[in-house]
Amino acid sequence: MNDAVQHIEVYRQEAEELLVEIEETVLDLEENPDDTEAINKLFRAMHTIKGSGAMFGFDEIAEFTHHVETTLDKVRNGDIPVSRELIDLILLSRDRINEMLNAAQKGITVTQEAGETIIASLNALQPGKTAGNPQQEKKTAPATPTRDPEAENTYRIRFSPHQDLFLSGTEPALIIEELRNLGQATIVAQWKDIPPFSSFHPESCYLYWDIILTTSKTINEIKDVFIFVEDNCDLSIELLDDDQIPVDEKEPKKIGEILLERNDLKPEDLQGVLSGQKRIGELLVEAKIIDPKLVESALAEQQHVRQVAAKQKEKQAASSIRVPADKLDTLVDLVGEMVTAQARLNQKASELNHPDLTLITEEIERLVAGLRDNTMSLRMLQIGVTFSSFKRLVRDLSNELGKEINLTTEGGETELDKTVIERLNDPLVHIIRNSIDHGIESPEVRQKAGKPKEGTIKLSAEHSGAHVAIRISDDGAGLDTEVIRAKAMERGLITSDENLTDKDIFQFIFAPGFSTAKSVTDVSGRGVGMDVVKRNVESLRGTIEIESQKGNGTTITLKLPLTLAIIDGLMVNIGNDYFILPLSSVEECVELDKKKADKVKGRNILNVRGEVVPYIRLRDQFEIQQERPELEHIVITEVNGERIGFVVDSVIGGHQTVIKSLGPAFKDIQDISGATILGDGTVALILDVNKLAR
Amino acid sequence: MKEQAAFETGQFLTFKLDEEVYALDILQVREVLDYTTITKVPKMPKFMRGVINLRGGVVPVIDLRLKFGLDIADNTVDTCIIIMEITLDGETTLLGALADSVQEVITLDSGQIEPPPKIGTRLNTEFIKGMGKKNDDFIILLDIDRVFSSEELSLVQGDHEQKEELSQAHMA
Amino acid sequence: MSKIIMTADDSASIRQMVGFTLKQAGYDVIEAVDGRDALSKITNSTIHMLLTDLNMPNMDGIELIKQVRALPDYRFMPIILLTTESQAEKKQEGKAAGATGWIIKPFKPDQLVGVVKKVLK
Repeated sequence: MNDAVQHIEVYRQEAEELLVEIEETVLDLEENPDDTEAINKLFRAMHTIKGSGAMFGFDEIAEFTHHVETTLDKVRNGDIPVSRELIDLILLSRDRINEMLNAAQKGITVTQEAGETIIASLNALQPGKTAGNPQQEKKTAPATPTRDPEAENTYRIRFSPHQDLFLSGTEPALIIEELRNLGQATIVAQWKDIPPFSSFHPESCYLYWDIILTTSKTINEIKDVFIFVEDNCDLSIELLDDDQIPVDEKEPKKIGEILLERNDLKPEDLQGVLSGQKRIGELLVEAKIIDPKLVESALAEQQHVRQVAAKQKEKQAASSIRVPADKLDTLVDLVGEMVTAQARLNQKASELNHPDLTLITEEIERLVAGLRDNTMSLRMLQIGVTFSSFKRLVRDLSNELGKEINLTTEGGETELDKTVIERLNDPLVHIIRNSIDHGIESPEVRQKAGKPKEGTIKLSAEHSGAHVAIRISDDGAGLDTEVIRAKAMERGLITSDENLTDKDIFQFIFAPGFSTAKSVTDVSGRGVGMDVVKRNVESLRGTIEIESQKGNGTTITLKLPLTLAIIDGLMVNIGNDYFILPLSSVEECVELDKKKADKVKGRNILNVRGEVVPYIRLRDQFEIQQERPELEHIVITEVNGERIGFVVDSVIGGHQTVIKSLGPAFKDIQDISGATILGDGTVALILDVNKLAR
Repeated sequence: MKEQAAFETGQFLTFKLDEEVYALDILQVREVLDYTTITKVPKMPKFMRGVINLRGGVVPVIDLRLKFGLDIADNTVDTCIIIMEITLDGETTLLGALADSVQEVITLDSGQIEPPPKIGTRLNTEFIKGMGKKNDDFIILLDIDRVFSSEELSLVQGDHEQKEELSQAHMA
Repeated sequence: MSKIIMTADDSASIRQMVGFTLKQAGYDVIEAVDGRDALSKITNSTIHMLLTDLNMPNMDGIELIKQVRALPDYRFMPIILLTTESQAEKKQEGKAAGATGWIIKPFKPDQLVGVVKKVLK
C-alpha cells in the first residue's frame, strides 16, 4: 500500500503545480480575453487534474473538475464568452480544488454545498441564458436516452487486415477473441486470398474474417475493438437485425439475399441460377460463380441469425413474469418464518452439539441466507420512477409561482423496498413543494443575489451501508436561523437565552404547526407538512436531517432502511426481557458500573472519550421491576445526528431480525416499532430508537 | 351458509374465570393454547399481558381477569390462552385471552338464552350478549368484539382523555 | 512464466504506477528512464511488450519504436505508446513508426490492463 500512498503524493504535487499555473493563466486571460492559447492551457490543466485525479482515487476532485472542464470546453468552442463571471468562477473552482486536495491530505471530506453552488453557476453560464423568453429556455432535466441495456442487436462484421498487419505487432487472433467476448459470435475465416506457395510471404496477413455478432454493445463499442488497427485494415460493421422487431415477424434471410447484401454476388448471377431446383448455395458453387468459402460464411450467418432468433424467443417467454404483490408478500413472510425457524434450529444444534447436525445446520443457514437475500431483492424497485414523477410537479408549481426551476436527478437506479418507495412519495412531495415555495427565490431576487435566474432542485439517491440516502437539495434562500429562533421563542419552545446550534434550531421546523412563512400560499406555508414528513419517515424507520446555509440553499437528507422486512439487530436484555435495537443506528457499546452510575446520579450523562452523551435507563423507562445488576451496559446509538445511550443489563449480540407488526391492538404504541421471534420461540420487542430519543 | 348454520345451532366455548363460567361464540374462537411465555410490552395497562408467538405471528394476550376487575391469579396447569378472531376498526385480527381453564363446547338454542341482566353482575353489561342457561347454571355469553373494541383497547393505552375529547367532538 | 513488459518513461510517478498496476495484474515489469536506457535494456534482455512514453530525454518514444522494430527479435512485438489528448496527431506518427496501439494519459489502472490484454497474448 506504500505504493499507493506514493502515487497519491506524486499526484498532489502535480496538482498543486497545475493549480498555480491555472491561477496565473486565468489572470492573463482576464487581461487578454481573446487569448485562445490561455484557454487551451486552462482546459489542459483541468483535464490533467481531472484525469489523474480519477487515476489516483480523488474521485471528488475528478467529479468536480469535470464540470469545470466541460465549461472550459464550451469556452474553447466559442459557445461561452470569456466574462468577468467566468473568470471569477474558474478562480473559485481553483480554490475549491485546492481545498479538496488539502482536505484529502488531512483525511477529511469537504462539504458538498460550496462545490455544488460553483457547478450550478458554471452550468448557468451556458449560452442563450440571456434575457428573453425564459419559458422556452427553461431546461428540464435532459431525458436520458432510454436504451434498454439488455437489448441485443446482430452485426455483420468483415475484418480484412492489410497484408502488413503483423508489422505493427498486432495479433489478429486477440482481436477476434475480444469480439467473441462481446456476445454471441459466429466467425468464419476466409482464406481464399492466400496466394500459391511460391509467392507466399510468411510475414504477411492473407486472411480475413466474417463475424456475425449478436451483442448488447453499441456499434461504437464494437469499433473500439478495432481502434488500434483502423488504419491497417478494411473494416465494415453493419447492423443486421434490430431487437425492436418482434421475433415472430422475422424471417431469416435467404442465402442469396445475404450474399447480395455483402456484395459477394452480383444480382444477375443470382437470377441466372435461381431458375434451378437445387439449393441456391450449391447451385452457385457448382456454377463456379462464387467461392464455396463465401457461401459457407453466408450460411453461417443464416444459422447464427436463426439461433439468435430462437434464443430471443425463449428469452422473451422467460425473461419476466408478473406476480401479484400479495404473493410476493406471502413469500417474504414465509422466508421470514424460515429465518426464525432456522434460528431455532441453530440454537438446538448448538445445544445438542452433534457434528452431523451442526454440518446440516450450517448448510441450511447458508441456504436460508441466500433465499432471504434473493426474496428481498424481488421486492426491490428503482427509485427513478418516483423521481421522474416529480418533474411535472416542479414544472407546474414553478410556473404557478413564477419561478424558474430546473429539477435534476441522480442515482435513479438505486433500489429500495417497494413498500418503502410507496410510502416515501408523500414526504418527498412535501419537501419538494417546500423547496419550490420557500427555498427557491423568484428570478429577480436571485439575480440581485448574484445567483443564476434559474434555481436548481436536485434529487439524488445513493446507498450507504444498510441504508439509502435520499437528498433533496436546492440552491435557494436557505433557512434563516434567526427567524426560526424568533418563531420558536414566540411559540414558547425555547427561551431567549438558550444556546442552540444551527442543527438544533433546524429541528424546530419539524414541530407541529411550525411555519416561518410570512405569507400563506396555496402550496405550503400552513405549517402542516414537515412534522408529518418527519413522522412518515420515522414510520419507515428512517431519519431526516437538514443542512442549510442562509442564502445558499437547503439540503434535506432522508436515510431509509433498504427493507422493512428483515433487519440486522442487536439483541440486549433487561432482566428477563429481551429487546432488539436496529444495528444500523448502533454506534458502540460501553460498560456502566454501578459506582460510575451513582457518581453522576440525577444527571443521565456519560462521558465517552471526552464527548458528552445523554442516556436513557430503559429499566426505568419501561418500568421493569427487577434488581439492577452491578454492571450495566450502554448501547450508544446515533439518532438524527445526535448520540444517545440506552442502558441495558447486557448486550447479547447480533440478531437477524424478521420484523413482525404488533398489529392494530398496539397501533398507538410508543417506543416499540415491532417485534421479532427469537430462537427459543419467544417474542422480543424491537425498540424505536427515534421515539425513545425524544 | 355454513356460518349461518353454526350461528343457529348456537355453539359456544365455555371457560372459567374465578369460579364464574363465561362463553364465547365458537365462530370467534380459533384455537386454545396451553400457557406459554408471554413477552411483556412496556407501558401497557396491566390487563394487556403482552405478546406471544403464534406460529411465527405476533399475537397480543389479554388477561380477562384483570380486564373484568378480578384479582390476578397464579398460573396453573389449566391456565390457557384462547385465541380469538376479533374485528378491530374493520380489520380482522387475532387476540389471545388468558383464562383459568377451558370447560367445553356447548350448544344453546335461542330458548336457552336470556337478555343480559340490567344489574347484578360485576361485569359491564355492554360486554354481555346474553345469559345462557344450562342445567340450572348461568353462563355469561360475552360480546367479545365489544370487550376489545378499539376504544376499550386504547383506553388502556393512556390516551383516554384524547379519545373522550374525540367522542365529544363527534357528538357536538 | 509471466510475460515481461517494459515501461519506458522519464516520469517516475508514471513508471511507478504502470509498474505497480502491471505487477498486480501478474506481469513482470522492467523499467527504463528514457529511450536510450530502454533500447540498451531491450538488447540485453528479453521482453514481450513495450510501453513507452512519447516525450523523453535522450531518445523520444517515436525514435525508440523505430529502433526496436528494426531489431530482428522484436519485429512483431506489441508496442504501446503513452500519449496525451493534446497530442492526438502523435498517435498516427507512432503507428507509422510501428506502434501497435496507444493509450491516452491520464488513464486508470484497469484501462491500462485492458490495453495490455488487447495486444499481448
